[in-house]
Amino acid sequence: MATLTLENVKKSFGKTDVIHGVDLSVNDGEFIVIVGPSGCGKSTLLRMVAGLETVSGGNIEIDGKTVNDLEPMDRDIAMVFQNYALYPHMSVRENMAYGLKVAKVPKPERDEKVAAAAQRLQLTDYLDRKPRELSGGQRQRVAMGRAIVREPAIFLFDEPLSNLDAKLRVQMRLEIKQLQSSLGVTSLYVTHDQVEAMTMADRMIVMNKGLAEQIGTPLEVYENPASLFAAQFIGSPAMNVLKGDVNNQTLSLENGASMPFTSKHQGPVHVGIRPEHIFPADDGILSLASSYAEPLGATTLLHGSLEGSNALLTVNLPGIAVGAGSPGQPHAKKFNFDAAHVHLFDLETGLNCT
Amino acid sequence: MQKRVTFNGWLLPMLLVLPQLLISAVFFFYPAGQALYQSLFIPDPFGLSSQFVGLGNFEYLLGDKYYRASFFTTALFSTLVTVVSMVPALLLAVLADRLIKGAGTYRTLLIWPYAVAPAVAGVLWLFMFNTRVGVVSWYLGQLGYDWNHVLNDGEAMGLVVVASAWGRISYNFLFFFAALQAVPRSVIEAAAIDGARFWRRFFTIVLPLLSPTTFFLLVVNIVYAFFETFGVIHTITSGGPQQATTILVYKVFSDGFVGQDLGSSAAQSVILLIVVGALTVFQFKFVEKRVHY
Repeated sequence: MATLTLENVKKSFGKTDVIHGVDLSVNDGEFIVIVGPSGCGKSTLLRMVAGLETVSGGNIEIDGKTVNDLEPMDRDIAMVFQNYALYPHMSVRENMAYGLKVAKVPKPERDEKVAAAAQRLQLTDYLDRKPRELSGGQRQRVAMGRAIVREPAIFLFDEPLSNLDAKLRVQMRLEIKQLQSSLGVTSLYVTHDQVEAMTMADRMIVMNKGLAEQIGTPLEVYENPASLFAAQFIGSPAMNVLKGDVNNQTLSLENGASMPFTSKHQGPVHVGIRPEHIFPADDGILSLASSYAEPLGATTLLHGSLEGSNALLTVNLPGIAVGAGSPGQPHAKKFNFDAAHVHLFDLETGLNCT
Repeated sequence: MQKRVTFNGWLLPMLLVLPQLLISAVFFFYPAGQALYQSLFIPDPFGLSSQFVGLGNFEYLLGDKYYRASFFTTALFSTLVTVVSMVPALLLAVLADRLIKGAGTYRTLLIWPYAVAPAVAGVLWLFMFNTRVGVVSWYLGQLGYDWNHVLNDGEAMGLVVVASAWGRISYNFLFFFAALQAVPRSVIEAAAIDGARFWRRFFTIVLPLLSPTTFFLLVVNIVYAFFETFGVIHTITSGGPQQATTILVYKVFSDGFVGQDLGSSAAQSVILLIVVGALTVFQFKFVEKRVHY
């Protein structure tokens, strides 16, 4: 049980700065997801908290105590790695007990803790197997088990689900989240998958190029993205971005259409509209030329180019919105959206200026 | 897709393996057969005729206390050579693996001794420890230690062991270094987070993961110590003093070509063949079982 505080944490490798100063305050028991594209510095940040990378600047505190110069073992953390990092020559039992053995926990207590963790993770029947005899999901569970037997103050997860297949990922996602909330251990979880971020996070940090673009609850980030990057990274399919211009009470789009709109901002902007906020309308101001439909069953994705400009547009419609006789061809050609669902982003800074 | 090559006739495949078969036949099977044949005879002193004695040569050898001493010498020598060539190699590899800057330079320099031929290495060490003009023995003399491997059994053994192992350290280092690089970084990091410090990680995680390499080197080094150290022993001690460094291979040579007892020499070759064969089988059967994970 612990809090975690990052103050202006920086990292550079030689002359290359990879993390430019991240501030974060994690409450006890909170599940924080760090999400971002490859190379944004999210894993590096996690490894700095773990003590596997040195801190180039700023301060990392666990429970109010600065840990910058502490060894990983002295930070009271446990980490689950992307490739599980199980000890290949040890059985599942030995893998889970290793940390306890190093900490000189007496054998009866060790066995008890391992048995309890195995029970919780449904690994009881596999305790004497070697990691190579397990499936991907089971290995993942062993890695989790190794983390929980030590009862650390903080869990660190480095893309733990990215080596699993899609179905297992959904299942493990739920299991990890349930495990974490039942144990109530403060957790930091790194992923590049925005769905994991949306579904698991109490709060998420959207990272880009070594900066935290936004920190907030999943719905805050979804409904009120702080920047163009956060807007496009969170939400699937990604938010549509058109060029536009706000003048007096009118928003004009790059296809020549315009609509009444009130905003403090005046002048050219990026206009963001989520695909699910666009709906068919006979008098719509967006018309799609040469569109293609991807019926997913529950929803249908339309991809097309916007008439009157060369912008690409994605529309997410509920149900099966394609013609029965002509697969791939949608019913509707014209679409509209609500002014309430429009996000404006500054052309220069990319910051939200709605 | 099947990657296995298939042949229609038998002519081409036979032709392709023929060079290897020929080399084995000429340089291995024929001499081995000759040794086996000769081990059953005693030639007369002039080499004009030989007399069939059955297993007489073997019987004589097993009753010979010098031959039994040579067995012990060989066991001691090969154990020492293996240990002295593998332990420092592993240590150097671990240290080089931790380096970030200049690892390439260290690696290159550490590999150099392997390029020195055993006999040359022998002469090199002989000069350094020469009782009259050797640099090292002179310094030892200054320190009050009277080095004389020509007379002292232990010193002679020490010198041939070091001279034999020295070049092998490079060879072993190369393998250990490559194996260390192949240990997944995240497994080490996981152990670090689990609270294990460097040496604990080394003994409980790294060393077990290196075991296939260690086993391979164990076999290779023992075979090296048995057979390829002839040059070193011949140049430094010639098996002396008082046969203190006469390992089995050296005894085959000295009894056969110096002592001209070809029958006994051939019988020793046969025994050596059996010993090494048994040793290898033993290693593969029992040790290898424990090195897989």
